[in-house]
Amino acid sequence: MNEHESEHILPYGFLAQILAGLVLLTAVTVGVSYIDWGFLNVPIALFVASSKATLVLLFFMHIKYEGMVIKVSFISTMLVLAILISFTFWDVAFR
Amino acid sequence: MEKAIDKTGVKIGMWIFLYSEVLLFGGLFVLYAVYFHAFPEDFALGGKELNRIFGTANTLVLLISSFTVAASITAIQQRRKGLAIGLLVFSLLCGLAFLINKYFEWGAKFHHDLYPNSDLLLDSDPGFNIFFGLYYTITGLHGLHVIIGMVLLAISLVLVARNKISAERYAMLENSGLYWHLVDLIWIFVFPLFYLVL
Repeated sequence: MNEHESEHILPYGFLAQILAGLVLLTAVTVGVSYIDWGFLNVPIALFVASSKATLVLLFFMHIKYEGMVIKVSFISTMLVLAILISFTFWDVAFR
Repeated sequence: MEKAIDKTGVKIGMWIFLYSEVLLFGGLFVLYAVYFHAFPEDFALGGKELNRIFGTANTLVLLISSFTVAASITAIQQRRKGLAIGLLVFSLLCGLAFLINKYFEWGAKFHHDLYPNSDLLLDSDPGFNIFFGLYYTITGLHGLHVIIGMVLLAISLVLVARNKISAERYAMLENSGLYWHLVDLIWIFVFPLFYLVL
């Protein structure tokens, strides 16, 4: 039976390391928010948030160990979201 | 004969639902981006009203609960039922802590006359009013998701206790976990956008 994908067991220590990474990134994003980086404020915050989201998605949500269907459909959703956000913003910003 | 269970199919169904949730919140983030672009000063003023400490505490609570939910799946896979139950109870307490925190946070805003349709907001600049409109819509919808996630985790907890979720069959726990992680994921973006960048 094709069990190897869904039966992947993540050790507690490994999950704890991911949590430690997430807490560290939270400290980073709160820390840098006390400094005014001008127009870079939003890009910096979103970059750190995206890194945290990647950790949650890959390991807590198991995407790294899923088959092609979930991986490809997830990436497609992100593309749709990127188009939704960028095209709307494009329209508004250059109107 | 045992009925065959399509484990991958069960998970794909949950993911497709999660994609719709991503686009739902994505639409709200578009609104945020567009109005932030239109009213940067008012948004900065509004952001000053939010408490970074509250926000950070809630971020940590959700991150830790995501870890314990992920660990509870490992516990089920290793047939450690007691540990799985303990981790799920802890996750539920984290969800409760998040909501209590949010209650006090919203309460403080109400106290300062910052709530939808309040006299202060109606008399202030439109951007300031829009900022709080988005704040209540997005954190409110997110809070609703926290409650739904807690219900799903509670159902999983009962099923684990009754041996309906076991090392052989734990799709319900896995999908509830996915939903809980999604709640965490959305907060990861809500937190910097409302509490930090302004």
